Amino acid sequence: MELLRFTTAGSVDDGKSTLIGRLLYDSKSIFEDQIEAVKKSSERKGLQHVDLSLLTDGLRSEREQGITIDVAYRYFATPKRKFIIADTPGHIQYTRNMVTGASTANLALVLVDARHGVIEQTSRHSFIASLLKIPHIIVCINKMDLVDYSEDVYNKVVEQYHTFASKLDIKDIRYIPISALDGDNVVNHSENMPWYKGASLLDTLETLHIGSDENHLDARFPVQTVIRPHADEYHDYRGYAGRVAGGIFRKDDKVTILPSGLTSRIKSIETFDGPIAEAFPPMSVTMTLEDDIDISRGDMIVKNNNQPEVGQDIDVLMCWMSAKPPRQGAKYYLKSTTREVMAIIKEVIYKIDINTMQRLEKDEDIRMNDMARVKMRTTRPLIFDEYRRNRITGSLILIDEATNETVAAGTIHY
Amino acid sequence: MSKYYLTHLQELESEAIYVIREVFAQFDRPAILFSGGKDSIVVTHLARKAFFPAKIPMPLIHIDTGHNFIETMEFRDKLVDELGIQLIVGSVQDAIDKGRAVEERGINASRNELQIVSLLDAIEANKIDAAMGGARRDEEKARAKERFFSHRDEFGQWDPKNQRPELWNIFNGRKRMGEHFRVFPISNWTEMDVWNYILQENLPIPSLYFAHEREAVYRDGTWLPNSEFMVLRDGEKVEKKIMRFRTLGDITITGGIESDADTLEKIVLEVSATRSTERGNRSDDKRSDTSMEDRKKQGYF
Repeated sequence: MELLRFTTAGSVDDGKSTLIGRLLYDSKSIFEDQIEAVKKSSERKGLQHVDLSLLTDGLRSEREQGITIDVAYRYFATPKRKFIIADTPGHIQYTRNMVTGASTANLALVLVDARHGVIEQTSRHSFIASLLKIPHIIVCINKMDLVDYSEDVYNKVVEQYHTFASKLDIKDIRYIPISALDGDNVVNHSENMPWYKGASLLDTLETLHIGSDENHLDARFPVQTVIRPHADEYHDYRGYAGRVAGGIFRKDDKVTILPSGLTSRIKSIETFDGPIAEAFPPMSVTMTLEDDIDISRGDMIVKNNNQPEVGQDIDVLMCWMSAKPPRQGAKYYLKSTTREVMAIIKEVIYKIDINTMQRLEKDEDIRMNDMARVKMRTTRPLIFDEYRRNRITGSLILIDEATNETVAAGTIHY
Repeated sequence: MSKYYLTHLQELESEAIYVIREVFAQFDRPAILFSGGKDSIVVTHLARKAFFPAKIPMPLIHIDTGHNFIETMEFRDKLVDELGIQLIVGSVQDAIDKGRAVEERGINASRNELQIVSLLDAIEANKIDAAMGGARRDEEKARAKERFFSHRDEFGQWDPKNQRPELWNIFNGRKRMGEHFRVFPISNWTEMDVWNYILQENLPIPSLYFAHEREAVYRDGTWLPNSEFMVLRDGEKVEKKIMRFRTLGDITITGGIESDADTLEKIVLEVSATRSTERGNRSDDKRSDTSMEDRKKQGYF
């Protein structure tokens, strides 16, 4: 059984929480006592129907205000796949949550209200999904029950989205007409829309091919820690522990250690369950090398014939996530893979209006939830790939030295 | 399908090992919170895998409410012995005796909330800067909002509205003196994943999880085990039942279910067919809609 991580994006009223509630409910992932609790809460609030959004909005203040504040993670499984949903709120002030949810997703579910078509929020979410390089998007045209299940309305929205999406960099976009409230085309094919011949949402989620989403070409192994057992039998043992971030490593491969540039050969790839012949993403393994060389956390083991960039000047698309704007010339901790350096934001090249996708040149005033293309310089070399090539070795976060807050997320471009 | 593909359990295992290694690399004095329940047993097993062939390079912390299942304690001591690592015990009874905690009175009194005091004391006394636990996001709605690396202030408090965003697989463990982190390596696992993994790895678990005969009292929709701490209410009677537990906590609040599942295979089958949540038998979660959030804010697991 495979694991599929997806993120949902939608505005307050387009029924995102209802859809998730529906997926969980119809795939029998909600337990009776949870439904009972939600029924009672709905009755207390004087609602006519069972408010499935109460299943996902867990915090006291969310329940009070009837909104989703933070990324909530939800789980369900069918006999074919296990799913992890990063459920993110739709309001504009929560772009940072949307980016957070998108960072680990293979797929984005975008909801469009059939009555309103593509609105600003739809474009914003899709644009962020494209910036974060989510390989698949499913556009659910929701509330079909409110437009008499009209094929015309559906086609118009598809056309509208298609035109908009041609400006985005997304490999795979699919469209499904649904009614989350009544469950049409969510799990079962809808009898109300016989004109729709495609698969239901759950069917699509279960069968979509995700096997080629990982990078199997560029071998990258960021070292997390060095394992040195204090036992006589392992006297000279030095194991480099980490999670494969790209490519395939095999015993006897010739490797280079970055940033030092020293070379060696893989002696063994080990796990608790015994040595293995090959390691590929996203496996956590321990490597031993033929030569006794100095390697520590933050170094990267790569193959000799395929190396990432090593440098101190990087071009980054950054999402600012803190209420306090960046401080001019200030140094921030920069973390990328297991490596940590200091960095300054040297120059804001342009800001991006995420609603219109327009570049805002000469606007250097960066606030929370802003996206901007910037130049950074690091105090020590960074080891990286372009984000579009590798989402792990091409991503970074900035941490404020004074508050220890994570203040920005960035993707590397060149 | 290409052969370069992991099953969902392999991927979850790999993610958890990555998180555990990050904890070791980013903190000075990490520890594993060990309750003797299946989730902390899985975390401990994953830690063993993460540092193999070395020993687990951190101690286990157990918060002892004094209201324990004997089976849990025996299991704990045997495991610690096998792993050859340190065990730190935080005692709720000690905290009560020293006046640091006050025993609850009245109907449904329990020592559940008092664990917060002993846990925070144990963290402070041992200068623990990262405490790893087996909490999962699917367990409870407040836990669904947890980060892998969850920051706690100097009072051990959680501020759910002000959490650090967590992107890709980059974890920010920076903190001030006196603050600490709670880390949840199996955040993305479900109850089903945990059981399937225990079956796949053939992990030993306390006998309480398997069907056995026991004296119990039916209260609030669940079978509470009879113990020296049990106070019968009007109309209640002690009965003998074939039952087992889906979660393990303090003996006074952990209800069991009638079941004849006496092997791991049967448990997996039973869990996959069950229609109620595992914590549904935990009276600590039933106090209000947000009782988990309220306890977590104060420093609960």
